[in-house]
Amino acid sequence: MTNKKVVLKFSAQNADKPIIYHLVKDFDLIINILKASINPHKEGTMVLEISGDRYEEGISFLEEQRVSVLPLNQEVVRNEERCTSCGACTVHCPTQALYIDRPSMEVKFNDESCILCLMCVKTCPVKAMEVRI
Amino acid sequence: MSLERSFKEINERIKKGKAVVLTAEEVIEKVKEKGVSAAAREVDVVTTGTFGPMCSSGVFLNFGHAAPRIRMQKVWLNNVPAYTGIAAVDAYLGATELPEDDPLNSNYPGEFRYGGGHVIEELVSGKPVKLRAISYGTDCYPRREIETTITLGDINEAFLFNPRNCYQNYNCAVNLSDRVIYTYMGTLKPNLGNAHFSTSGQLSPLLKDPYFKTIGIGTRIFLGGGIGYVAWNGTQHFPSILRDESGRELNGSGGTLALIGDLKQMNARWLMGTSFRGYGATLTVGVGIPIPVLNEEILYHAAKTDEELFAPIVDYSDAYPNRKPGNLGFVSYAELKKGTIRVMGKDVPSAPLSSYPRAREIAGILKQWIQKGDFLLGEPVQSLPGPESGIKANVLEEK
Repeated sequence: MTNKKVVLKFSAQNADKPIIYHLVKDFDLIINILKASINPHKEGTMVLEISGDRYEEGISFLEEQRVSVLPLNQEVVRNEERCTSCGACTVHCPTQALYIDRPSMEVKFNDESCILCLMCVKTCPVKAMEVRI
Repeated sequence: MSLERSFKEINERIKKGKAVVLTAEEVIEKVKEKGVSAAAREVDVVTTGTFGPMCSSGVFLNFGHAAPRIRMQKVWLNNVPAYTGIAAVDAYLGATELPEDDPLNSNYPGEFRYGGGHVIEELVSGKPVKLRAISYGTDCYPRREIETTITLGDINEAFLFNPRNCYQNYNCAVNLSDRVIYTYMGTLKPNLGNAHFSTSGQLSPLLKDPYFKTIGIGTRIFLGGGIGYVAWNGTQHFPSILRDESGRELNGSGGTLALIGDLKQMNARWLMGTSFRGYGATLTVGVGIPIPVLNEEILYHAAKTDEELFAPIVDYSDAYPNRKPGNLGFVSYAELKKGTIRVMGKDVPSAPLSSYPRAREIAGILKQWIQKGDFLLGEPVQSLPGPESGIKANVLEEK
């Protein structure tokens, strides 16, 4: 069973429906919501990590509900030249993908734990964290 | 007979390649192993380092004269204004200066992606920088406008002059309010969500010479990857000894240094343009200072550990902005570096803003320079005021 990361785009017409509930209840999928937001136009974006045997059926269901499903092709990378290992990002990273190695006090980045919240991109004082599409 | 050594004696040993130089981290181990007296007999110099955002930094520039000549009444470098209220074609570019069209905090919190510190980083990297100047025209300086490109190699002089660097100690910043705040100490989450600190603790230069016994005017230092000097005390130099609630002496606090050095010798690894969301732009500066072991007392202080050095915890939502005295207690650098501190009965995640690994690297580079015999110690031509001076901060009254 593999984990797949996808981006869902909801329109104003379907943003208020309990669609994720059905993914879990009807298709027995394990859902991890990495990011969710609704803009002032009532359009929603959600980044999900999905695993389960009935993944394909779940995706078909989403498309029937007119939710567009896009592969997650954005990643956060660290510019190793620029990172000074100051550590300012580490308390803002919600998954400890960025953490301080002790006792060296060097900042490490485990990109597998990154959920693309982009807090590090906003808080890094020397702009060492970059979004790559 | 207690040990006494002079700068001259140490410099003679450096010239002969015989000086024993240890970083502030290494000397801690040495003192633990042998005790202060024995270690003092063995070690000549202790090197320190720090690499953190230092807002009171900037560079004096002389662009050379164009034909026909222009006085340069106003100057912009990559759209960032520089101060020109000095002689023709001289300017001072400050690290925190922002482009005039920067949105600042109008879309709060602002990004402050580019400022004077970033221009300094580009200059020191050898990148071309756009120069624009205007003037009013005089008989001797008839020209009124110029637009060209400069590089660090093209211009006459470029020297860093930082009026307030190398803070001896600094607050550990927290946020007691119920909203996120954006400060020069970084983004602070509500209700004690995190704590930020910004010194290199046991590697930090002025924490290792709390009485200013060796660091003074003329001390030769590592500055931005090149050689610099202590020019004066820094602005807001209020040297004192921090005391805890019971009056126990903790460590030095409040001293600052004004530093000077040739930008043309420096390196962008040690001078980096820096942005604090919602606050502004600045420059992260690398500084390393050698401490000569003139006697045991100097080594005693230079060998202080993170367990013995403390920062006051200060609320940046109310106490700091409203200049309310007092703090929320003291925390050691050892605790801060572990990643969780205890404030008002709550466990609070802590993170540094200054880079400890880079501070360690600076202390190591300075050690190498001295061992190679390239870098002699500068004996201060005048001492800086220490804690005994009793200098207190003046405050600004509205009259």
